[in-house]
Amino acid sequence: MKPAFTFRHMVIAALIVGLALLPLYVALTGDRFMLTLFTRIVILAMAAVSLNLILGYGGMMSFGHAAYLGLGGYTTAILSFEGVHSGFVQWPAALAVSALFGLAVGALSLRTRGVYFIMITLAFAQMAYYLASGMARYGGDDGLSLEARSTFAGLMNLSNKTTFYYVCLVLLFASILLVWRLTNSRFGMVLQGVRSNETRMSAIGYPAFRYKLTGFVIAGTLCGLAGALIANHTDFVSPSMMFWTRSGDLIVMVVLGGMGTLFGPVFGALALLFLEQFLPHLISFIVRPFNPASAAKAGEYWQLVLGPLLLIIVLFARGGIDGLLAMLSDKLGRKVRP
Amino acid sequence: MTLFIEQCLNGLQFGLLLFLLAAGLTLVFGIMDLVNLAHGSLYMLGAYFAATFAAWTGSFVLGAVLAILATLLVGMALEVIAMRRLYGRDHLDHVLGTFGLILFFDELVRLIWGPGGLSLPVPPWLDRSIEILPGIQYSAYRFAIIVVTLAVAAFLYVLVMRTRIGMLIRAGASNREMVGALGVNIKLLYTLVFGLGAALAGLAGMIQAPILTVQIGMGENILILAFVITVIGGIGSIRGAFVAALLVGFIDTLGRAFFPQILVELLGRQAGSTAAPALSSMMIYILMAVILVVKPQGLFAASSR
Repeated sequence: MKPAFTFRHMVIAALIVGLALLPLYVALTGDRFMLTLFTRIVILAMAAVSLNLILGYGGMMSFGHAAYLGLGGYTTAILSFEGVHSGFVQWPAALAVSALFGLAVGALSLRTRGVYFIMITLAFAQMAYYLASGMARYGGDDGLSLEARSTFAGLMNLSNKTTFYYVCLVLLFASILLVWRLTNSRFGMVLQGVRSNETRMSAIGYPAFRYKLTGFVIAGTLCGLAGALIANHTDFVSPSMMFWTRSGDLIVMVVLGGMGTLFGPVFGALALLFLEQFLPHLISFIVRPFNPASAAKAGEYWQLVLGPLLLIIVLFARGGIDGLLAMLSDKLGRKVRP
Repeated sequence: MTLFIEQCLNGLQFGLLLFLLAAGLTLVFGIMDLVNLAHGSLYMLGAYFAATFAAWTGSFVLGAVLAILATLLVGMALEVIAMRRLYGRDHLDHVLGTFGLILFFDELVRLIWGPGGLSLPVPPWLDRSIEILPGIQYSAYRFAIIVVTLAVAAFLYVLVMRTRIGMLIRAGASNREMVGALGVNIKLLYTLVFGLGAALAGLAGMIQAPILTVQIGMGENILILAFVITVIGGIGSIRGAFVAALLVGFIDTLGRAFFPQILVELLGRQAGSTAAPALSSMMIYILMAVILVVKPQGLFAASSR
């Protein structure tokens, strides 16, 4: 029998506590940068959680998920530009725009499968990208700055970094909760059934297309909210947040963390952004004893390490970080009771 | 009218160039069932190699030949080291693994050639315009591109349809296991096919080098276009890739040239000139979406899949 509280659960609990207590650490050390970094991690984790719903649980390999980040962000920024600053208007609008886009894209692209599906979702994201580049009134290629963050009628002040961090964190936990409830519901079971064998699910009478489309729209909407958050975080939106390599980053997060697992995407976002942030320092540190002169420069080429690392993860560690944790808990569990 | 003919030639030239990229992609897609996002990196390498070798040897043609050979070698090495391990896996694995390779190649290029771009000057004997039709002047370099790419397309046709190796390639595309069971060295065939695709990408990059700046990330935009073409044409179909490449080349070029005017006529100056840039960039994606909605397997779907 499996122990109820495994090593994996311990790590997840530590992650939750760690994320919740981060502002305390920042207050103690005065390391404001960590707060900015972690706000970004939490927001992108939310986007990854939403992608995981369709990619991990639904088996839909969407390669255009960054489009929703952009749509949510642009909706917020454009409303702010036009003088509507209330978050009670901006955020629901961001959700609605993303949901509508998801509905249109899903209805068309879910007719195809395999590589065709990958490519058609990508094509729609590219359309959103070019649409944003073409909007001369809203900055075009150069992007658009937010004059002020969303206001909530005095209820909370998002310009306070700690408040904003907690808002993002609560929304992240809420989306994880939502995904958890969804995947354990009848709807989620059907969705996972369709992932394993669509023909069989259709044969026993489930309208697979409608289930997939619903999942697709929910994921897009959730990611649109992350987009509204990221616009508030950086006070800036630009078409580049919808470029296809950004969608690639989101997929990397999901797979790196562990597809189809509840907390995998959070681990993935954490890992990828940490690598992005600290791999350069690590490389400089390793190179320094051999060649002190070029150590700092060597750190600039961190993607030279990250790229092959991704390939190695794909080849040898399919379960991602969550799979690794599960394996470790299995081993530790056996040690405790032989 | 002159402008229209000139733009048509530009469309033809761009379409043929895209065909070089898409042909390699669709071959690798069709035969190894591999989604190779790193194809754009090979295109970028081809451009960098061409600029470097041309500067070393002082000869454009020699530089071009060396660049294509170098990309061929890089492609074959890449297949043996990395790609081989991805065959038979999930498409998601391909996307992720080759996405990692893009990061790797971009950074490698930055390490070797530095962050600034390179440029490859058009050789003097092509740097002029010629009269291709009475009264119509056209850039000699672009005309040379049309001739070379058409020759390559013809070569590919003969290679795939008329030679033994082409027969194996086509057989491999329709049933891999059976070809292997009949005693063909599948591994070597795959390496060769991948190398061929890489060389075509390298050629495309080398051709584009004098027109655009040679820079990091140049492969990322055009890669998506090449993917759009393979998908429109039907995965694994070289004929489909050819038709789709010309279609995309024409629509993109003519769209950018004339669509804004048409929009201004239709919507008035204000609305037309705001909508035009976005719409003309989106046009090929709209085309792809429409084609996939009507024919989810592309225009020339291979019958086996």
